[in-house]
Amino acid sequence: MSAATGAVTRRTVLKAGAAGAGLVLAIHLTGCQKPGAASGERKLIATNAWLRIGTDNSITFLCDRSEMGQGVYTALPTILAEELGVDPRRIAIEFAPVGDAYKNGAIGAQVTGGSTSVRDAWQKLRVAGAQAREMLKSAAAREWDTTASACRVENGEIISPYGKRLSYGAVAEAAAALPVPKDIGLKEAKSFQWIGKALTRFDTPAKVDGSAIFGIDVKLPGMLYAALAQPPMLGGKAKTIDDAAAKAMPGVRQVVATGSGVAVVADSWWQARKARDALKIEWDGAATTALNDGAILRGLRLSSEKSAGLVARKEGDADAALKAATRVVRAEYQLPLLAHATMEPQVCTADVRADGCDIYVPTQSQAAAQAAAATAAGLKPEQVDVHTTFLGGGFGRRIDVDFIPAAVEASKAVGKPVKLLWTREDDITHDKYRPPAYDTVAAGFDRDGKLVAWKLHLTGPSITARVFPGAVPAGAVDPFAVEAAANYPYDVPNILVDWVPHEIGLDVGYWRSVSHALNCFVAESFMDELALAARQEPAEFRRALLAKQTRHLEVLEVALRRSGYDKPAEGRSRGVAVMEGYGTYMAQVAEISIEGGKVKVHKIVCALDCGQTVNPGIVTAQVESSIVFGLSAALWGEINVQGGRVQQSNFHDYRLVRMGEMPVIETHRIESDAAPGGIGEPATALVAPAVCNAIYAATKQRLRSLPIARHNLA
Amino acid sequence: MLTINVNGSDRSVDVDPETPLLWVLRDAVGLTGTKYGCGMALCGACTVHLDGQPVRSCVTPVGSIGAAKITTIEGLSPDRSHPVQKAWIELDVPQCGYCQSGQIMSATALLAQTPKPTDADIDTAMSGNICRCGTYQRIRAAIHRAAEIAGEKP
Ligand code: FES
Ligand code: FES
Repeated sequence: MSAATGAVTRRTVLKAGAAGAGLVLAIHLTGCQKPGAASGERKLIATNAWLRIGTDNSITFLCDRSEMGQGVYTALPTILAEELGVDPRRIAIEFAPVGDAYKNGAIGAQVTGGSTSVRDAWQKLRVAGAQAREMLKSAAAREWDTTASACRVENGEIISPYGKRLSYGAVAEAAAALPVPKDIGLKEAKSFQWIGKALTRFDTPAKVDGSAIFGIDVKLPGMLYAALAQPPMLGGKAKTIDDAAAKAMPGVRQVVATGSGVAVVADSWWQARKARDALKIEWDGAATTALNDGAILRGLRLSSEKSAGLVARKEGDADAALKAATRVVRAEYQLPLLAHATMEPQVCTADVRADGCDIYVPTQSQAAAQAAAATAAGLKPEQVDVHTTFLGGGFGRRIDVDFIPAAVEASKAVGKPVKLLWTREDDITHDKYRPPAYDTVAAGFDRDGKLVAWKLHLTGPSITARVFPGAVPAGAVDPFAVEAAANYPYDVPNILVDWVPHEIGLDVGYWRSVSHALNCFVAESFMDELALAARQEPAEFRRALLAKQTRHLEVLEVALRRSGYDKPAEGRSRGVAVMEGYGTYMAQVAEISIEGGKVKVHKIVCALDCGQTVNPGIVTAQVESSIVFGLSAALWGEINVQGGRVQQSNFHDYRLVRMGEMPVIETHRIESDAAPGGIGEPATALVAPAVCNAIYAATKQRLRSLPIARHNLA
Repeated sequence: MLTINVNGSDRSVDVDPETPLLWVLRDAVGLTGTKYGCGMALCGACTVHLDGQPVRSCVTPVGSIGAAKITTIEGLSPDRSHPVQKAWIELDVPQCGYCQSGQIMSATALLAQTPKPTDADIDTAMSGNICRCGTYQRIRAAIHRAAEIAGEKP
């Protein structure tokens, strides 16, 4: 499917299994030509899993990561194009189907997440581009009776030693029959032509004229629309359904009891939605009636007190060092549940037939989507084709595939394509929430005032154990629970970081920056508490303990200098936070004032070292994006549960930063040729500690829980 | 049957007059550039113009529109040549892009009223539009840039 042109009705004939080298695939041009019509046929040559070169000299990149705002639609073809020797702006982009070749090496599944897209693609796509280029050169060299090494390439053409030219398309078929070359040297960073340049995003044009096709925009011939009545309490089940009134409403075709709720299928979504609200359903909510915020926190605290925790990092003997310390500082921190609130609510369009099924879905997890649809349809996974649309935000929400089966079940029941769209209320009340946390932290100073012990004791549920069953064996640490904790960067001789897995009775999910956002708040807030105990200025205190961490230290220095940290303006206060996450080093300085008992965030200065950068413009955009995301959470973000029911429902009570509340954000990127770090998430995590440290500077109030709005600031 | 004027053409639609304009545009007329975000006039994703005024189409019953002229993102220009679209491309504003139709429709309405908006004007006019991707800083810059581009016009 070409999301840029919105031609979602074309059935792709490219199957991942057939995406190996050397295959010649005839497919039809997108658009209205009839299959077989002479003008509409071209050959697309698959030189590898990601690249299709047409006999018409078209070049198509199969983008195997989902575009959810983070820029893979631009960055990934740029990486491939650099070695292929083609201006990336002339490459057509389609989203890849499900396939082994498209697995994310950093995750082991076809998943877009973990700020891994560029890091995983960096080697893979440059090699793929280089191999294709060499094969094309070899094929052209044969035509000219010369050697490949005597030829060079220039923007989609091979040039012979005598200046003859052949387009990639002209030799693609011959090239695809050649063996895939091995051990090709890749370009040095200094000769990059496209990588490192701030090319404007390739999806921008389609996103300023309404033509970009998101999940909600999919339209298939004969398609019906569905709205879903889900249990108002988490984990509830429909006991009785009275659909008489709903069925009598205009446009309603069918009411379908699905595994995740009652779907009303109608001629339009509004009719489906109105009729959904007319359903009379008695729900069985016994499973979660006792579930509420107080019980969740009590459970976490109890587990924290009871258990030693699984060790994530141990150096020296922190317990002994705390015992021997002259001065011990202790604190407890807690964090709330959060919703993702992607701007596009969850949606899936399914077309189930007797022999197969297509789903058109904004997903971060194509293979899981395929498996979920196959189960719901009673088909084999290979009978399900997954067509990924643009995602109206992801943030981890769309790694889950819970919204897919109901669409498939509804389509199967009515025998037509069905687009099932959640309301915003469905979305906020049926999220896979960012887990809460209850953490204790202790540190000890020796007689000379040197920090000698750090002990961080984390308690919370494991997301990974739920999303990838079996991935976290009993007794093992979920690595996604101890981020920004196990890699504590400060020079302290005795360190213990441990984690108590504690399930809370509701589904938790990956939320932008995952546990970085939990643990960085605790660690970096507590670092300020320790600075206070040591009677040192917080930035100075960190600087001394980061002497061996050159990349941390450098971003800290840049953030301090660029923010004019030492001299805040009248009435303003500053706080700092430092973190490494996803291979990216970052420091933020927040500048705030207190007005009428509330915090106003004026400015956030972020310095970062994310290694080699593919597209600096997108890096800056992701930093800005993550900071706004982190700021909404820090200021107001919380999901409350009472009697198993989520209390928030829409943007009036799940508040997000708006234009008038925006701080100025400054991003300072340090040039680096280290391996690329991830950039979609880390900046999210530093906002809360930087802002809370600034609040302390202003008010002498230490906030050990979020959101900030819960606290009265004076 | 109701007749509404969308992007300069009369369109007959067979819908309940209570149906919000948003769903009529998206599902009956087939213009999907206008997005659904909240259904409660809280996010601005569904913003369109009625006789040049920005409205939240998710809470505007189609039967209430009468002869007012509706402009959607698709009707802003045939070729992304509106100064706001140009500025949005130049400054690479969108991320996921889902909110951007609404942002652009709010911004164009602002500039039509106030050709040289101040930051305070932008805060007021744009605070009804949520961007979960946090593109606000670029939106602000792009509105100032669009004002410049519009001013350059012969
Ligand atoms: S969808 Fe209309 S304001 Fe949110
Ligand atoms: S660009 Fe994603 S919500 Fe605004």
